[in-house]
Amino acid sequence: MELVTLLLQTGFGTLFDVAPIVTILFFFQALVLRRPAPNPGRIALGFVFILLGLTLFLVGLQEALFPIGETMAVQLTSAALEDAASAVVRWDDYLVVYAFAAAIGFATTVAEPALIAVSLKAEDVSGGSIAANGLRIAVAVGVAVGVALGCLRIVTGTPLPWYIVAAYGIVIVQTFRSSRNIIPLAYDSGGVTTSTVTVPVLAALGLGLAASVPGRNPLVDGFGLIAFASVFPIISVLAYAMAVSAIARLRVSKQE
Amino acid sequence: MRFRNLAALGRRLADALRDLAPIILVIAFFQVAVIRQPFPDLAGVALGLLCVVLGLALFVQGLELGLFPLGEAIARAFVHKGSAAALLAFAFCLGFGTTVAEPALVAVSDKAAEVAAEAGAITGSEEARNTYAFRLRMVVAFSVGLAIVLGVVRILRGWPLHYLIIGGYVLVTLMTLFAPDEIIGVAYDSGGVTTSTITVPLVTALGVGLASSIKGRNPMLDGFGLIAFASLTPMIFVLAYGMVLRWNW
Repeated sequence: MELVTLLLQTGFGTLFDVAPIVTILFFFQALVLRRPAPNPGRIALGFVFILLGLTLFLVGLQEALFPIGETMAVQLTSAALEDAASAVVRWDDYLVVYAFAAAIGFATTVAEPALIAVSLKAEDVSGGSIAANGLRIAVAVGVAVGVALGCLRIVTGTPLPWYIVAAYGIVIVQTFRSSRNIIPLAYDSGGVTTSTVTVPVLAALGLGLAASVPGRNPLVDGFGLIAFASVFPIISVLAYAMAVSAIARLRVSKQE
Repeated sequence: MRFRNLAALGRRLADALRDLAPIILVIAFFQVAVIRQPFPDLAGVALGLLCVVLGLALFVQGLELGLFPLGEAIARAFVHKGSAAALLAFAFCLGFGTTVAEPALVAVSDKAAEVAAEAGAITGSEEARNTYAFRLRMVVAFSVGLAIVLGVVRILRGWPLHYLIIGGYVLVTLMTLFAPDEIIGVAYDSGGVTTSTITVPLVTALGVGLASSIKGRNPMLDGFGLIAFASLTPMIFVLAYGMVLRWNW
């Protein structure tokens, strides 16, 4: 019964979130373009699927994943705290937290619906030369590295801009060494990683960590993990593309 | 037709199950090996996971049926109509309208208001905090609207993406030097929270649709990149918001 209430509540919430988009689409379609979209029935069915799908997805996350994810983030950060014998914070007291951060960052990114959408589109547009699953794994590796580094930053208390600006530097160098085709997709992959699944889990992790490390202020130091998770996928996707083309070149030169 | 839909949905279910496997493995591993506590409410969790798998499969099927074709049809219709002003108005509305009500943004801006109050940038009263959070949301939504407009202009003109994005990075870096400390974390995170699960596929389909229906544009090279703008401009505008607030209040 509780589940039904939650389903209805989330369903209305999703409907409310989708309403502005549908209004804008409808307004421009009817008044500006004045050209009916092809297959309106199919598109309407698609929207029903999306609404139903997102609702079920969010309810499932709320029921199953978020409570465990948040409890685990708190348990792990406080367990690491107990192991730290003195009041002096050492970065290696929190190895388990970094491992958990990387693992959960990777796992939530693989399940991120927005990333699935972009990678399907990329596979389609590139004619299959970019594999949807390869792209998603590359992005997930980037999020894993980024989030682990982000936790290290919270523990050590170093300023956020150092890391992000350094990451920008790496992106700029990679940009001038990569094939032009991959660059727009790589830049986009930074923005799509952090939505429905990843953001709540990361927020809980950052907050739990900043609250349990002595000398950190959860309000100020809790921010930043999402920034890490948005920049590092750009690096990993560019690196993935560079590796793929390097391997292809190697194969060609071997055959010759 | 019906049967093909069902078969496709079955494939999506298998895919969704595979997509969720890593989360289940990670949680099970840390629960058993590190935390070593009995698993709370296993039946509830299993039911929840079932919902997630079913939901993900439906969502992806819905993308292919509805959101992708619609986004591309709209892009083609705009190119056919040939009015850049109408297209840019649409781009702005899409960016602003989908961001302003984004739940993740609402949560982040409320937290940002707390940080600002703590840092003394605003007074701690509830009214001051609400005003701050509301203005921050408007700033971010406006910047996303502008981002989509800029991204569409880029596709129309065929400008290379990386100079614009790298220019943005340099701007963010320079502004960081002058922005008050308490806004930096908020600004850097704001880039990531703006792009929601429905906006991303629609905006991607719009970009790819535009690039494939305009002569001389390559969908791979010109079609992607809208999301990149939408993640960069909020950082610039939130940093600017923090600076204006610090110097003029």
